[in-house]
Amino acid sequence: MIELRNINKSFGTKQVLQNINITLEAGKCNLIIGGSGGGKSVMLKCMVGLLEPDNGAVYYGDTNFSELNIKQRKTFSREFGMLFQGSALFDSQTVEENIRFPLEMFSTMTPNEIKDRVNFCLDKVNLVNANKLYPSEISGGMKKRVAIARAIAVNPKYLFCDEPNSGLDPHTSTVIDELIRSVTEEFKMTTVVITHDMNSVIEIGDNITYLYQGQVWWQGHNHQVLDTTNKELYDFIYASKLLKSLKKV
Amino acid sequence: MSTLSTYLYNIGKYGIFMKRVFSKPEKWGMYQRQFFIEVDSLALGSLGIVAFISIFMGAVITLQSAFGFESPWIPLYAVGVASRDTIILELSPTIISLILAGKVGSSIASEMGTMRVSEQLDALEIMGVNSAAYMTLPKILACAFMFPFLITISMFLAILGGWIFGVLSGAVSSYEYIYGITTDFRVFNVYYALIKSFVFAFLISSVSAFYGYYTSGGAIEVAQSSTKAVVYTSVLILVFNYILTQLLLV
Repeated sequence: MIELRNINKSFGTKQVLQNINITLEAGKCNLIIGGSGGGKSVMLKCMVGLLEPDNGAVYYGDTNFSELNIKQRKTFSREFGMLFQGSALFDSQTVEENIRFPLEMFSTMTPNEIKDRVNFCLDKVNLVNANKLYPSEISGGMKKRVAIARAIAVNPKYLFCDEPNSGLDPHTSTVIDELIRSVTEEFKMTTVVITHDMNSVIEIGDNITYLYQGQVWWQGHNHQVLDTTNKELYDFIYASKLLKSLKKV
Repeated sequence: MSTLSTYLYNIGKYGIFMKRVFSKPEKWGMYQRQFFIEVDSLALGSLGIVAFISIFMGAVITLQSAFGFESPWIPLYAVGVASRDTIILELSPTIISLILAGKVGSSIASEMGTMRVSEQLDALEIMGVNSAAYMTLPKILACAFMFPFLITISMFLAILGGWIFGVLSGAVSSYEYIYGITTDFRVFNVYYALIKSFVFAFLISSVSAFYGYYTSGGAIEVAQSSTKAVVYTSVLILVFNYILTQLLLV
């Protein structure tokens, strides 16, 4: 379980997050949705320690992550896996080297065990025979899959995904969503996904939080979200003409 | 912030960055592997340009010395003496370091800056890796370890270039040049040059990494960081050149 208590974050005079209090369920896909500039990515960065909240605390189970010192945080964050918006694969390394990196850095596995683990992770994301390719030689969807493979390589407890569908076609988006869902269930991870993709909301959103102007505006499950009476959330969901027309049908 | 407070702020930030860089590595083996990659990329990759510049700068210094010493009162072997001392004391350690500040410094700053804006450094942090140390320490060690070798090669090639072009152009005879470069040779001058190159190597790698690491934005900011890295490193090389000369030679 991840709990955010009274999180506030400002940049200069602009308050991006206002008194955020949410609980994200363990072993589930927790989606944070909201419009651009709504504070989703800032919240995610506060959760993983890439940004410091002005006040408040982030709890992972009983551990107050905000109170850990740098060294303790480094050790704790080995339980994190993260899929970045732009994949953030290391350009100078091949697909295999990217996935091997966290294993070589932190595990006590033998080279053969590492190789098996890399192939297992690549198999999980349906990428075979891509080991020797560089990130510049693969498509956007493949990069996301490699990033997922790298994130799950060390068997993390928590998986964070920052807009995993951005820049992908609808079919590849669905493939990535299914992957996130399947690795969450298979490895019993607590997953947090930042998105504004409505397909993801419906397909993988066990627990949904809607952020509006830096505040938690709505919380619920995917079977409730389409029938919401919350005006701001309704406007967000049915912003596209397609969904609006489907709603009418 | 005023200009002075900006400088002071950056000096403090650089100090904190260096503290992170010199903290205990997560796994020595990974840093060692990165060190050899950096030796190949930053130092051995600069060998060609260092050799080319050294040979021709050595040749020009010899010809200029011969031109300046056109007097019956000055023996021609003085051309060798002057060329050798100019090359060892200033040309190789300082001028070559300024060139390396351009080549290696911009390479380090743009690599780190690109990694920052594409979130690769954040990815390292999330994995639990000290990104400042992992990306910078091997670069600093590779430069500090290899630049003195590059400068030694530069000295040798510059003196060789002076001999070849000096003799070919008829500015000085082979005997007089060799007699000149072996007369009153002070080994301390070489130590002085190597100490300077070691200090310059540290400045080039650490200052460039600092500017690259704290890049924010996109392509334009990466370019700006790269430019800042080269400018500040060059200025620091000239300032430290004076300080070290004052301390070691005067």
